[in-house]
Amino acid sequence: MLKKILVLSLAALMLLPLFTACGKKADTPSVYYLNFKPEQDTQWKALAKVYSDKTGVPVTVVTAAAGNYEQTLTSEMDKKDAPTLFQVNGPVGLANWKDYCYDFSGSKVLNELTSPDFALTDGEKTLGIAYVLETYGIIYNETLLNKYFNSDFSTVKSVEEINNFEALNTVATEIQANKGALGVDGAFTSAGMDTTSDWRFKTHLANMPIYYEYKAKNITSTDEIEGMYLENYKKVWDMYINNSTVSPTSLASRSVADAESEFKRGRAVFYQNGTWVYDSLKKDASGEGLEDSEFGVLPIYIGVSGEEEQGLCTGSENYWCVNAKASEADILATLDFLYWVVTSEEGTAALAYEMGFVSPFKSAKPAANPLVDIANGYIMSGKTPVSWNFATIPSENWKNGVGTALTQYAAGKGDWKSVESAFVDGWKKEYAAANK
Amino acid sequence: MRKTFSKTLTTVIMSVISAVYLTPILIVIINSLKTKTAISASPFSLPDAGTFVGLDNYTRGINFGGYPFLLSALYSLMITVLSTLAILLFTSMAAWYITRVDNLLCRSIYYLCVFSMIVPFQMVMFTLSKVADTLNLGNPLGIVIIYLGFGAGLAIFMFCGFVKSIPREIEEAATIDGCGAIRTFFGIVLPVMKPTLISVCILETMWIWNDFLLPFLVLDIKEYRTIPIHIQYLNGSYGQSDIGAIMALIVLSVIPIVIFYFTCQKHIIKGIMAGAVKG
Amino acid sequence: MNKRQLSKYFPVFVLPAFAAFCIGFVYPFFRGIYLSFCAFRTTSDAKWVGLSNYAQVFRDGGFLYSFVFTALFTLVSVLAINLIAFTVAHILTSGIRGANVFRTVFFMPNLIGGVILGYIWQVIFDGILQNYGTNIKLDSRLGFAGLVILLCWQQIGYMMIIYISGLNSIPDHLYEAAKVDGATKWQTLRSVTLPMMMPSITICTFLTLTNSFKLFDQNLALTAGEPGVQVAGETVYQTEMLALNIYNTFYQNMNTRGVGQAKAVVFFLIVAAVGLVQLYLTRSKEVEQ
Repeated sequence: MLKKILVLSLAALMLLPLFTACGKKADTPSVYYLNFKPEQDTQWKALAKVYSDKTGVPVTVVTAAAGNYEQTLTSEMDKKDAPTLFQVNGPVGLANWKDYCYDFSGSKVLNELTSPDFALTDGEKTLGIAYVLETYGIIYNETLLNKYFNSDFSTVKSVEEINNFEALNTVATEIQANKGALGVDGAFTSAGMDTTSDWRFKTHLANMPIYYEYKAKNITSTDEIEGMYLENYKKVWDMYINNSTVSPTSLASRSVADAESEFKRGRAVFYQNGTWVYDSLKKDASGEGLEDSEFGVLPIYIGVSGEEEQGLCTGSENYWCVNAKASEADILATLDFLYWVVTSEEGTAALAYEMGFVSPFKSAKPAANPLVDIANGYIMSGKTPVSWNFATIPSENWKNGVGTALTQYAAGKGDWKSVESAFVDGWKKEYAAANK
Repeated sequence: MRKTFSKTLTTVIMSVISAVYLTPILIVIINSLKTKTAISASPFSLPDAGTFVGLDNYTRGINFGGYPFLLSALYSLMITVLSTLAILLFTSMAAWYITRVDNLLCRSIYYLCVFSMIVPFQMVMFTLSKVADTLNLGNPLGIVIIYLGFGAGLAIFMFCGFVKSIPREIEEAATIDGCGAIRTFFGIVLPVMKPTLISVCILETMWIWNDFLLPFLVLDIKEYRTIPIHIQYLNGSYGQSDIGAIMALIVLSVIPIVIFYFTCQKHIIKGIMAGAVKG
Repeated sequence: MNKRQLSKYFPVFVLPAFAAFCIGFVYPFFRGIYLSFCAFRTTSDAKWVGLSNYAQVFRDGGFLYSFVFTALFTLVSVLAINLIAFTVAHILTSGIRGANVFRTVFFMPNLIGGVILGYIWQVIFDGILQNYGTNIKLDSRLGFAGLVILLCWQQIGYMMIIYISGLNSIPDHLYEAAKVDGATKWQTLRSVTLPMMMPSITICTFLTLTNSFKLFDQNLALTAGEPGVQVAGETVYQTEMLALNIYNTFYQNMNTRGVGQAKAVVFFLIVAAVGLVQLYLTRSKEVEQ
């Protein structure tokens, strides 16, 4: 008898989910945002709640686990309650999803952009809107760098003199040679090549040779890259790995957490990364970290003539797209939500102060971040910002190929030819595969 | 005399090997008490005053990402227990029927089950996740049906193997006593199947508890996470990977299954043995 | 209970499991085969493209490489796991003290999931190899060895228990007869133990074979396929096994999802063929009991 009851209740239990969810399909419009940046997950959720409380429109924010955005987006887009708001990383990401992107033309939120350059377009249509501008370069510890300038072994005496690759390389090698005297483990933090850190080199550093090649040819994307500046890429990479806190052979397993901790504890002078790391580098409760006044950022010089006028790398790889296949009501609700985020007091404050974003919107507030101030300083002084051309890299596969070749080159297991092959041949192959 | 000596020697050697065998687990426990930097710099050393962080990694891991770890653990537990129970009940019933009735339909189902054991998950992952969404199965109860379906193959295969070895006479005696099919199954057959029930139970419990890809694709990520999904979230983008917290959560996620093992160790060993011989 | 009486009970006994089986396996499986002939972004927007996905599969150097790598890995790990598990089982049934404790210890790693196992061993291998200035992701031989060690550690315990039960079920009189005939230890093993153990060997090789062939979580977490070498513009990952290769193909770009699905079908056919051949070979060696 008891068993019969068990059977019946189990059977009932199993049929239950079939019915419960069916009745849920609400008529009220709702917003579902599939967010890319895990660091801002909590802030987005808080902001969504403010909006929901105010307007009664439910806003759900879900953040994909790191490195799983494409996977998550693919499976979520196939569902009935698909995201109404999602992200692409630039023109290449857009090409993958453009059938799913709503045309922003004529919407209020598009009007709020400070420049049309921050929108992603496809012919006449505007399909993506950048919502955060980020800047990267070589972050340095000013206290340590001054210590070097004041030492008798230094040939470079001020930060103004570091305005090309030669000078930067001299500083790096002299710091490395006298690391004991300066009390550091190396000039650069470890150039870790595990998955948490390799994007700094296979994507962000790789942007430099791509940028200069595009500039030389006056193009904005290409199906075949020539690798005109690969020699320069090699010089910088050699500088990073040979003047570092760790031996080049150990890079494969180093993470960004290692680099961060080296920089925070004053074990290295230079650290290639961007404005988004300010929070994790500033002085924390345990007393580790840098004071705001100790931060400095240098452009990534790679030894191209005229680079004295080069600024930092500024751009975006975070574009909002609205799901064109969502219901009309949900699309409108999503557009309203976005407009509110970029114009309201609560929204702009959250973007600038809570998330630390520099947003390209008319009502945006200045972000509370000294690295952003430094980046603005470069633009004010008339230096040419380097654009984020890595958004035109044909695929993730290309980055992975370059990454693994860089790692093996650093460890002495592979030669530079492999990097060249991954860079040039890989580009052609991946571009062809993605644009059939 | 020589025999006892060689036996003692074997015991000693086996003890050493066992100790080595357990070190990976010990290393995780030790590292879960150390700072991030100490873990990557010297993974094998014991924590000292400078690197010991007490239960910090645990509190960070539990509170990570605005999603309570305990809720993930609860969903994991719920999904594992319900799915395993459903698999045990429904597939043992099906296996008995299939073996005893043994007509064309039954044989086809049986071979389909054997067949499903060798199908790699990647082949069905997209379609499975789509089916689950269409049928509203993306919740901790609905996923039970998915697990029942995807896990049925192995379970039916193992149960069928065992049912074949049960003498029909026992069942026929019950029929003479006037028992219907349901009474016969639950009164006579099910108790006899205990060893196989246990061995299927272990296999399915370990699979479901540790599974990442299936719940990740099927569950409604707006609301539900399991422990493996939670651990995956600790690897942040732009590289905020928190290896200390990961170690701590690994320890926490292994504890329930170890408890499960120790409480029914005797049955588990018997179960695997029973399942194996008849497989 | 005769057949006719029982067969009426189909809806009670079989239907629940069968319905779920259709939802969880049968439909997704056949739909998966259909998708392998399509180009698709999500499963809702599939367009029929015929055999072109399959044509690409066989032109994909990385896929062919991972097939060879997977086959080699499977061969080595099946041999290693079964030999070690058999030896350990033999020792533990020889009446030594503490056999139960050892059995528990060897079984323990089996309780831990694949992704977690990968994390654990990565920390360990990193810790050891950094003293030698190298890394598991730098050398495919290390990666191969690492994967084998990891899988051995995980699976030996389970197989050991199956072998113990097999050894325990061999009747004593067979051994006594061998002793009377003056057989050496080695001869006893070859002529008595092994033939009697064939059913256990069949099941263990089948399990280890399919587990090794389908390995995914551990591969992703431990080496992620690294290192990669450049072959004419294509990066071939030297420790990438078939399942991981397929998974990566799915997310490579918008044109490759159907190719990944076609690879999965090919993969399935390979696993099926290998599994059936193995079952046929070992079953034919089993003695009728």
